[in-house]
Amino acid sequence: MTAPLIRVQDVTMAFGDHVVQRDLTFDVLPGEVLAIAGGSGCGKSTLLRHLIGLQAPAAGQVLHGTQDLYTADANTLGVLRQGFGVAFQAGALWSSMTVGENVMLPMQLFTDRDAQACEQDARFKLALVGLGGSFEAEPAQLSGGMRKRAAIARALALDPPLLFLDEPSAGLDPLSSAHLDDLIRHLRDDLGTAVVMVSHELGSLFALADRILFLDAQTKTMTALGPPDELLHRGPPGVRAFLRRGATESETEAA
Amino acid sequence: MTESLPATSPHTGAPDGARPAASAQWTEQGNGWLLGIGGEWRGHGAALPAAPGALVQGEVRFDTTALGSWDVALASSLWQRLSALTRPPVTIDLQGLPEGLREILSMALTETPAATAPRREPDRITRVGASTQAWWDDGRRSLTLVGEVVLSVGRLLRGKSGMRWSDLAWQVEQTGPRSLPIVALVSFLVGLIVAYMGAAQLQRFGAQNFIADLVTVGVVREVAALLVGIVLAGRVGAAFAAQIGSMRANEEVDALTTLGVNPVDFLVLPRVLALLIVGPMLTAFAAVVGMGVGWLVAVGLYGVTPLEYVYASAQALTLPHVLIGLLKGTVYAVLVALAGCLQGMSAGRSAQAVGDATTAAVVQAIVWMVVAASVLTVVFQQLDW
Repeated sequence: MTAPLIRVQDVTMAFGDHVVQRDLTFDVLPGEVLAIAGGSGCGKSTLLRHLIGLQAPAAGQVLHGTQDLYTADANTLGVLRQGFGVAFQAGALWSSMTVGENVMLPMQLFTDRDAQACEQDARFKLALVGLGGSFEAEPAQLSGGMRKRAAIARALALDPPLLFLDEPSAGLDPLSSAHLDDLIRHLRDDLGTAVVMVSHELGSLFALADRILFLDAQTKTMTALGPPDELLHRGPPGVRAFLRRGATESETEAA
Repeated sequence: MTESLPATSPHTGAPDGARPAASAQWTEQGNGWLLGIGGEWRGHGAALPAAPGALVQGEVRFDTTALGSWDVALASSLWQRLSALTRPPVTIDLQGLPEGLREILSMALTETPAATAPRREPDRITRVGASTQAWWDDGRRSLTLVGEVVLSVGRLLRGKSGMRWSDLAWQVEQTGPRSLPIVALVSFLVGLIVAYMGAAQLQRFGAQNFIADLVTVGVVREVAALLVGIVLAGRVGAAFAAQIGSMRANEEVDALTTLGVNPVDFLVLPRVLALLIVGPMLTAFAAVVGMGVGWLVAVGLYGVTPLEYVYASAQALTLPHVLIGLLKGTVYAVLVALAGCLQGMSAGRSAQAVGDATTAAVVQAIVWMVVAASVLTVVFQQLDW
């Protein structure tokens, strides 16, 4: 078995005294799509913030490779950070720059490529997400869904082996959503990019996820981790109900 | 709490005769309680009588055979009565309710976990402690930001900063040339006041020839810097807080951090440096405008000869006055930038919080400026400059 990209060990997430989730232990493997799912308010986005170095766990470790993200020195941290791209929930495009400049900025800061090469690559990344015509646009001119896609283009700027996506397809129309699912699938299958995504779109979960990690708001810990089909049939009742949209809960329990 | 409704006979006393009045009553029945609801409840808006105190166990059932119409207000008041009861040993049997009402209630009564633990109102001592703590944290944050800016300047000098020079140029343009009209206007009017009021007093002693000294020293050394600081606080400090605050609310600052770009390098440093550059320039400009107005007043209204005024001005304008004025203007401008950036960086993540941060930035900048003005004045007095 290949070494995991990320190893999460006994992580407890908390805001002050308020524990969000405890005893989280899982790996992110190279080339897989790992979905983080669960009900509203269970800490999905908070877990994502822990994985990308924005919020230190109250206990436990988040290892990128073999390196703890929260004890790494500045240089190591810089290298680790260039190993992944993040697309935030609302896009978080830098509003003082054009969409193209948003995608180019990471390239300008962290590669030796000249301006011409950066621009070409940025245009390519935008075309990948279906925003080829928005290079010169200001983020404020884009719709919510376009901002999400532009954010994914920016996350791809440095061709990282690992992508974090916070609810990539929430609020997109079905066609854009399907396009995005295709894109993520190609990134995984053709480029070997691992993707960690927060999502509760059942369609995306089944279409894309190699494994789903379920968080539960009441027990405050993970309740299941596995391939969607397996969880649908052999997961805990709450998870099966979630995957079947709760409609056939009684039937599932009878089975 | 007393809810008394015409609880005995549901079919008597209807106000319009045709519609039986809404009524409800609890009766003990075998091993449980029966809530009888009758009459027309649609648009009635009345509250149900509270559950009897003796209702601590058994089954709650409903008799709605006499119920005519109902609306969501009845569902709401039923839920208020029942939600307090839905725990063992009380059981609730919704079968007696009309179908629609039954389904709405069973959805609402399904226990959902509270999103957060209920908040307890803190007592007085806790509040004093909390506000002291907040004050202390505030001070620490200010100092931390100053420290981070110093480190950031260090990185810039070593060529390892994430700051983009184009951002600095843009900020200089936004804060400098675009502040000129308002600085000119304010400086003109304040200079006019200083010259006019000063001259009126000096004339009583036949000393209007000293208008030049008064205006030149006053404007160059104190007034220009202070009014530049105030204009910048309102025009630029508030904008900094709003820009950075909304970037935080929109996760743009997080996006920088995850990219490995220090937000202080990228957002705070260009703004602080821009005001460091622009501050003394605007102060010099304001001083020149103020002196010009002094000349106009003295020559135009008080009969001082033009050259006499210029000569007296030049005599009064010693190097320490100029340097102290420029230093003050620079200090105030940097304080404005720091206050704006600090409030922006520590703003909450809502529209309301960004608005609060904007206000706080202006207030904090002005407070810091007044404190700095006092300290600098005392220091320079002691040094006899």
